[in-house]
Amino acid sequence: MQTALPDNRGYFGAFGGRYVPETLMSALYELDDAYQRFKHDGPSQVRLKSLLDTFVGRPTPLYFAERLTAHVGGARILLKREDLAHTGAHKINNAVGQVLLANFMGKSRIIAETGAGQHGVATATACALLGCECHVYMGSEDTKRQRMNVFRMELLGASVISVDSGSKTLKDAINEAIRDWVTNVGTTHYVIGSVVGPHPYPMMVRDFQSVIGSESVVQCLACYEQLPDAVVACVGGGSNAIGIFHAFLDEEVELYGVEAGGKGLHTPDHAAPLASGSVGVLHGARSYLMADDDAQVLSTHSVSAGLDYPGVGPEHAYLKDSGRVQYFAADDQEALEALSLLSRIEGIIPALESAHALAYAIQLAKRLGKERTVLVNLSGRGDKDLDIVRNAV
Amino acid sequence: MTISQTFERLRSQDEIALIPYMTAGFPTLRKSIDHLETVARSGGDIIEVGIPFSDPVADGPTIQYASQVALENGVTLAKTLDALSHVDLGKPLVAMSYLNPLTAYGMERLFDDLRAARVTGLIIPDLPAEEADDWQASAEGAGIDLVFLIAPTSTSQRIKHIAERSQGFLYYVSITGITGARSALAKSLPDRLAEIRKVTDTPIAVGFGISTPEQVRSLRSYADAAVVGSRIIDAVRREENLFDLIKDLKAATRNTHTARHED
Ligand SMILES: Cc1ncc(COP(=O)(O)O)c(C=O)c1O
Repeated sequence: MQTALPDNRGYFGAFGGRYVPETLMSALYELDDAYQRFKHDGPSQVRLKSLLDTFVGRPTPLYFAERLTAHVGGARILLKREDLAHTGAHKINNAVGQVLLANFMGKSRIIAETGAGQHGVATATACALLGCECHVYMGSEDTKRQRMNVFRMELLGASVISVDSGSKTLKDAINEAIRDWVTNVGTTHYVIGSVVGPHPYPMMVRDFQSVIGSESVVQCLACYEQLPDAVVACVGGGSNAIGIFHAFLDEEVELYGVEAGGKGLHTPDHAAPLASGSVGVLHGARSYLMADDDAQVLSTHSVSAGLDYPGVGPEHAYLKDSGRVQYFAADDQEALEALSLLSRIEGIIPALESAHALAYAIQLAKRLGKERTVLVNLSGRGDKDLDIVRNAV
Repeated sequence: MTISQTFERLRSQDEIALIPYMTAGFPTLRKSIDHLETVARSGGDIIEVGIPFSDPVADGPTIQYASQVALENGVTLAKTLDALSHVDLGKPLVAMSYLNPLTAYGMERLFDDLRAARVTGLIIPDLPAEEADDWQASAEGAGIDLVFLIAPTSTSQRIKHIAERSQGFLYYVSITGITGARSALAKSLPDRLAEIRKVTDTPIAVGFGISTPEQVRSLRSYADAAVVGSRIIDAVRREENLFDLIKDLKAATRNTHTARHED
């Protein structure tokens, strides 16, 4: 069974592990241990479930995109509406879970990294909800590009620390958050925003996001009495994708991950480590990543800030190599077109990240034909992207 | 001379080792090699050379800056090892770098080229003891000491496990944090080092935050070596006299009552 991974050392096959400075090792064991207790602690699980229902707004709807389906003229297209979750993306599922876990561990200082600001906003929100101090690291390029989200986080009571090192984007924000954690590990919990980082993060974030897939299974069976033929999700670090895939891993359902093709995989300007990267170690785990010939990590490009990351979660690396999931890329242009199409004919403005999944799903729906069903994880809403979209068209 | 022999010699002279750290390629590859030679001549007992990586999570702003300049200069692991192979510092040389560039180089080729560059020790800050089996086997085969780190947060069980593995010396991270000069040493230091001593005879080097002769002198009572990094990068950056800086730091490693005077 694929769902039994990782092993107790944090490996998904050859990928994962715990490659961090010694200072953090004891904290990772403590976290692993606390998480196991949290998972089996009745009151904590009741509280998590109740917050997901009443605060996050779960279950999110499963929506039949009828006009889009007719327009494409192929398989039925279903959308899992994570854009309707509180704060506008799936990131809140993990943020609420991890901040609750931090409370359970008695840690009240929370740090997080953010790229576009979605995970930062989700973490700041969870901290406001649960009464924790919150510090969010964000590359200085991103604080400029996403000023509204900086303001949102500050309004929620978080402090946003602008990171000027390296490429001044998400990768460097993670480096800086790791350095903060190394320094303040006794009092601080680091809420990583995707299924990346050292064990137990890829497993823990996956578990918190798996609610997306388990709801989808129930909803598909209730509405259509069968599972979809294919599930499609975008892959940045990979949390919304793992979240929706997990319930389908042992079923006969095709799974597709869509990375950011940027200006095209034939150019250096993309963020598709699974499609065209190599194996290495970044941010505490062995996985695929984008690096140059000397193994220096490259800066990436995507029109969507949430996919603009040179690494990817180790479980995706495993699922790629095992062949269980197939990974493709959609480029900037395709994502922008999918975004405007869905806006016009369904009245849903998706996040640019989610638009990558949609772009691929449209092609797939055509290929599969009318009798089949494609489920797309609509991981977030596009309000945050309006400036970028306006400047691009 | 090997790392172990160096520690033996210094112990018999009632000195601790001074381990200066420099980033290869900062401010240029040529100059960093010259600086390594200066540092080896002016009192460095074991020389630590950092090989730059784009994402050095264990390092503070000073070493980050040096790494970034080095990378902008196009300095790579291959170029660094090639440059080192043309000099003889006359002191044991320890390389420090992160897993990603080291792994990509290929383990066998890496240990061959480290030997050709007269590197006798290797420190990988993002390689914890439990992930290190392959590395240890290869290092042992090549006769290179794989040095592990112990942190203030390491449990006694981990300390034991790490101490068993570390070759040449053990690197004790003096503070819960990243590299960079600090004004004071952690109060817990003497107790922590005493705890480590109980489980091992391997020499202990203390690093992270050490910048002044006073700090080095205070380590004489507990440690076998002092690693000084960010302070030296800062000196290079400010074009201070490196020879004098190292000489003063080295003087602090000696017993002031019996020390012979250097000329
Ligand atoms: C809406 C949305 N979808 C997807 C992602 C990509 O992250 P992941 O691959 O972890 O789901 C982000 C990240 O910010 C996001 O905001």
